[in-house]
Amino acid sequence: MGELRGCGSIEHTISRRAAMGVLAAGSAMAFNGNALAAPLTHQNKRVLMVFLAGGVSQLETWDPKPGAPTGGPFRAIPTSVTGTHVSELLPHTAMQMHRLALVRGINTAEDDHGKGSYIMHTGRKQEPSVAYPHLGSLVARMVAEPDNPLPGYLHVQPGGGGGSSAGDAAFLGPRFGSVNISDGKPPVNIDLPNGLTQARDDSRHSMRRKADARFLATRNTAETEAYTQTHDQARQMMAKKALFDVTNEPDRLAGGYGRHDFGRHCLLARRLLEGGAPFVKVTHTNYDTHHENFDFHIERMGEFDRTFATLLEDLHQRGLLSSTLVMVISEFGRTPNINRNYGRDHWSKAWSVALAGQGIVPGAVTGKTNAQGTAVVDRQVNGGHLFATYFKALGLDPTKKHYIDQRPIPMTDPAASPIAEILV
Amino acid sequence: MTQDKPKPVPAAKPAAPPAPSPYPGFQLSVLKPGVEFKHSSPLVACRFDPTGNWLISASQDNGLQRWELSTSKKTDLAGHSSWVRALAFSTDGKTLYSGGYDGQILSWQLTLAQPEPNRQVRAHDGWVRSLGFHGNRLVSGGNDGRISIRDANDLREVLAWQAHDCHVYQVAFSPDGTKILSGDHKGRVKVWEKDGRLIREFVIPGLHKYDTGFRADIGGVRAWSFSPDGAGIACAGITNVSNAFAGVGNPLIVVADWTTGKIRIDLKPKEAFQGTMWGVAWNSAGFIVGAAGGNGGMLWFWKPDQQAELFAHKLPDNVRDMALSADSKRIAVAFQGGAIRVYAISA
Repeated sequence: MGELRGCGSIEHTISRRAAMGVLAAGSAMAFNGNALAAPLTHQNKRVLMVFLAGGVSQLETWDPKPGAPTGGPFRAIPTSVTGTHVSELLPHTAMQMHRLALVRGINTAEDDHGKGSYIMHTGRKQEPSVAYPHLGSLVARMVAEPDNPLPGYLHVQPGGGGGSSAGDAAFLGPRFGSVNISDGKPPVNIDLPNGLTQARDDSRHSMRRKADARFLATRNTAETEAYTQTHDQARQMMAKKALFDVTNEPDRLAGGYGRHDFGRHCLLARRLLEGGAPFVKVTHTNYDTHHENFDFHIERMGEFDRTFATLLEDLHQRGLLSSTLVMVISEFGRTPNINRNYGRDHWSKAWSVALAGQGIVPGAVTGKTNAQGTAVVDRQVNGGHLFATYFKALGLDPTKKHYIDQRPIPMTDPAASPIAEILV
Repeated sequence: MTQDKPKPVPAAKPAAPPAPSPYPGFQLSVLKPGVEFKHSSPLVACRFDPTGNWLISASQDNGLQRWELSTSKKTDLAGHSSWVRALAFSTDGKTLYSGGYDGQILSWQLTLAQPEPNRQVRAHDGWVRSLGFHGNRLVSGGNDGRISIRDANDLREVLAWQAHDCHVYQVAFSPDGTKILSGDHKGRVKVWEKDGRLIREFVIPGLHKYDTGFRADIGGVRAWSFSPDGAGIACAGITNVSNAFAGVGNPLIVVADWTTGKIRIDLKPKEAFQGTMWGVAWNSAGFIVGAAGGNGGMLWFWKPDQQAELFAHKLPDNVRDMALSADSKRIAVAFQGGAIRVYAISA
């Protein structure tokens, strides 16, 4: 089979083959067919990633050190799990701690925003030879059903443009890149253009399908299949546009989530997950608090805490939490040292994340930092361990490999095993 | 191998005579090194007591320190479970009131050898940001947006109201004790009757910004001081913020007439300095002192009607707070490194 693109980059090559893996079953593939077939058994599982962009402070959230010189002004409060304390900035989340697991021993050894984010989204450090796909893209590829009307990797974020981030999918191909839901608004052009009736649109679609079928009969390529699939998915998503309208939610529930952007975005995330989206990422900005860390964490956590607690409770009430892997991550934590501007800087050597839901032991705590929070003293893990844990929690085999032109690429870092003590 | 001849040490230039002070009795052009006290934790606040016997500092280890100015003796005051940045005194200086980020207000008998909290109340939901005293009343403002008036003897709340929709950074009785003023995170100043009725509200331009990039409010009235005649108020903070989360901005003092809400003048340092004006004091002789921290520490003196500063002094460390003694002759500066310096400014 000849190359469809001139550059011959690994991304393009595997993209084509990955797309064919789904759309043209039975055709010759370089991908490992078993690796791709197995995930189809993992339906009805979904992932919610809450990304606290900029680097949330572990000391002001999951691993407080009150009284330590590095502790800052906030106190620790008890939670619904006896013996587990979190920052007083999380009073509502503290009452959901019996649904959460804390990983307090993270050392990702990377204090750069971009590189830290890459680790937390891919489970790998950046390498010059290969770009790894985001967890969202992997879930879109391996967990989502091919005929799901919603994109496999949705990213609800404040501001920014719409469109998609094909690069997130790396060698899996642009189809599995993230689709941005900017400011929580429905994707652009989700409504029919003015003057175009549904009947006329159906007629146009039918005609296009016939033309596609005729073309595909002789020139069936990954691109043409993806083209057709994209049109079909777009139409299906248009039919699901009500999912994007959070005003349909009861006023009281919307108020519980909060009438700010993050509240609306999390409510939208729940609607999308409930509506069948396999992976939804919600970004909350901005935690890069080199200046006035404590004032800004009051603001940021003031939005996060109640909203996130409401989201967990809502997922639980709807019976979704047990099948939804929830993670609250960031690109790194913040320095225990308080700088001259009452700020905290980047710190990846000892920080924390929270997990919940699918495959996670509720109430578990693993890892420990020293008294000042400067270093991990027990059960140190990195981004690779977390990634393997996500795989295991979703029922996927972290030892599986991608194959790019017969070259095996482990799906997770072979040097990092799942964090067994927080896995069901 | 040759050896260079030792170079003669150039004779030191004779020091220029201090610039004449426009304020008789005060020497502002040269900041004379004064007493320095040192605590083991970074400081966050400092105030002189009204009698001039004590200097109180507060630190990141949740402690208060009482420094006896005549002997430099230090006494630790323990009682808060978080940082304290609100300090006030009874008029006679015998009682210290401290408001903490633990939401508590504590009163202390300051003249005891080892003061202990003799009253303690939970005053605000969230941080206590500011305290003011007049007569037998204590007023407080906090992160809950409330203003609370208490009996200064037993700390019983006598009146409270929701005053702001954001954090209250400053609160004070007017110098004549008839009104209450409050300043908030968004750079707004409100003037209240003591029964909670709003008289006036005005914005201090430049002291607040909503950073659309970071989606956060930055700024606020970080410090303030009344003029000697009682009608003026100098409000301090940060302005020109181009990056809220990195603290990229410049210190600013805005002078206003709180009795009318009119803005009189902006006082900005001539030289670019990155940071926040953490302290401001209006001296009884009429000049205004500002102290900023961020990219180091600086102290400036201004005439209240002249934008260009009279004198600027670089300080040895990052400034966290500044206080003026009741007799206006001394300035105390609290530093991030744990030191507190007292400078005499009288001639």
